[in-house]
Amino acid sequence: MSVLVYAELTEGQTKKSTLEAVYYGAQIAQKRGTDCVAVAIGPADEGVLQGLGAYGASKVLHASGEAFAQFQSRTYAKAIADAASQAGADIVVLSHNSSGKALAGRVAIRLDAGLASGVSGMPSGEGALTVRKPVFSGKAFAEVEVLGDKKVLSLNPNSFQPQAGEGSAAVEAFNPDAAPADAEVLKRETLSGDVVPLPEAELVVSGGRGLKGPENWGIVEELAQALGATTACSRPVADTGWRPHHEHVGQTGVAIKPNLYIAIGISGAIQHLAGVNQSKTIVVINKDPEAPFFKAADYGVVGDAFDVVPRLTEAVKRQQQS
Amino acid sequence: MKILVCVSKVPDTTTKIAFTDNNTKFNEAGVQFIANPYDEWYALVRAVELKEQLGGEVCVINVGPAANEQVIRKCLAIGADKAIRVDAEPSDALFVAKQIAAQASGYDMILLGKETIDYNGSVLGGMLAELLDLPYVSLSSKLEMDGTSATITRDIEGGKEVLKVSTPFVASAQKGMAEARIPNMRGIMQARSKPLEVVAAVDAQPGSKVQSYALPEAKGDVKLIDPEQMDELVRLLHEEAKVI
Ligand SMILES: Cc1cc2nc3c(=O)[nH]c(=O)nc-3n(C[C@H](O)[C@H](O)[C@H](O)COP(=O)(O)OP(=O)(O)OC[C@H]3O[C@@H](n4cnc5c(N)ncnc54)[C@H](O)[C@@H]3O)c2cc1C
Repeated sequence: MSVLVYAELTEGQTKKSTLEAVYYGAQIAQKRGTDCVAVAIGPADEGVLQGLGAYGASKVLHASGEAFAQFQSRTYAKAIADAASQAGADIVVLSHNSSGKALAGRVAIRLDAGLASGVSGMPSGEGALTVRKPVFSGKAFAEVEVLGDKKVLSLNPNSFQPQAGEGSAAVEAFNPDAAPADAEVLKRETLSGDVVPLPEAELVVSGGRGLKGPENWGIVEELAQALGATTACSRPVADTGWRPHHEHVGQTGVAIKPNLYIAIGISGAIQHLAGVNQSKTIVVINKDPEAPFFKAADYGVVGDAFDVVPRLTEAVKRQQQS
Repeated sequence: MKILVCVSKVPDTTTKIAFTDNNTKFNEAGVQFIANPYDEWYALVRAVELKEQLGGEVCVINVGPAANEQVIRKCLAIGADKAIRVDAEPSDALFVAKQIAAQASGYDMILLGKETIDYNGSVLGGMLAELLDLPYVSLSSKLEMDGTSATITRDIEGGKEVLKVSTPFVASAQKGMAEARIPNMRGIMQARSKPLEVVAAVDAQPGSKVQSYALPEAKGDVKLIDPEQMDELVRLLHEEAKVI
């Protein structure tokens, strides 16, 4: 029984979340003494697919027919389930990103499999499979046993750092019957250039109501730019239209797990913390020493953001030059 | 237009999470329960708005024990016309999907929130769509109807996509789809007499089971840095935390 990983392609390329999923699947396969097979759907150069070998895939099934040119959850889910059957896989791994969220439930139903979504740890157990995932929007963890002969796991972005090794995967054409599309795509817009989307970002600079108004976001953006970080905000900031909705992090916004989260002028309400407290390192900049966020922080600066943030930006630039 | 809205019951967002029975059970003592915000604020309110515009009916469905009826009544007060409660413990997403799928025929649209704030699964919509062989649009932030076709904006990795999809379909809703509504007195009065049908569960097995829970490890004390010493903060982030 092998492990099958859905290796998502974005405009023919693999992204970090894809490599994380492949690496995670390969680690599980290795522990179980079996192979990790990837399935890639849509157009891509063979070299890109072979490259998945460095992350542990021994083989890549590549569905590149006309019907697979564009993401459609019904079509892609059937192809993934068919690939699992062809590869003789009893475990299927996807990323718990936007497309994984559209696919995982469908794949589980197709395979009559048990499912744990948004997992963040390596599975334990020999026959039975138990795996850790954050619950209550990051306020706690659960050890979830996945039931059934077949199992689907979707992996939270930024849970594992994929390690590239040696090796090249064998690429095999894969032509399953295509299930009908869900919808007609009228338009697709991606964020400009090299901005890393929040769920995948390793560095995040976030602003709250303490910044007083949208005209003051320059200092946040300059710090983010100096670090190569993605910008985020608290809920009231998005609700009042100071910043776009997709930047809203927290229990009712995007849940994130960066290596570094810098919170500027954010009080640290329980609903905000729920979405960000899995960050590896948290820096809080707030003028109120009693702000609850300091209790969840690794490093704190008590001071006026308008003063502290530009100075921090300068310090970052100095460090980069040295 | 007949719309089915799936609503889950979850602990209020201010809840301090704790566990009992050797960390195998969520401690419900003193916890206030609410309708899952994504289900209520976005899926339900958008469904009610569409009904107000186009006519039709909104039915709310919940899988859970009788105690959930308080949350269901609130959904009726917000403007749903009727409700179904499947009388069973919602043991996991797969079990719930099979229960809802058994009640879901004959609707033009099935809406639900993008995830619940307790188990954060984000998989129920896909399961329903596959069980019912329907299109699924996940993470929708805008939905407009034109006859039997819907134009929906949804999140994709690092961007947005605008789709055209024909009824019937399943869509999961998030911020942007609608604005939360507070039920008014008239709605609350009417909700008491709206039909709430209780149906028995169909035979189904869960696909997962929580073995135990844990709370995150407490953070050590925060290290305070003098606002004049930003070079020191950068040094710590680089050398101690190793994140930049
Ligand atoms: C059901 C529900 C769900 C929610 N979900 C979310 C969610 O997902 N995400 C979220 O963020 N919130 C959420 N909230 C809202 C949350 O409760 C808080 O209201 C919100 O997080 C506060 O945002 P804030 O910290 O930006 O603003 P405030 O609480 O107003 O804090 C502003 C902070 O800025 C500091 N400050 C002011 N001026 C300066 C200055 N010059 N320099 C430095 N610091 C300064 C102040 O000391 C203060 O600590 C939710 C609430 C509810 C009821």
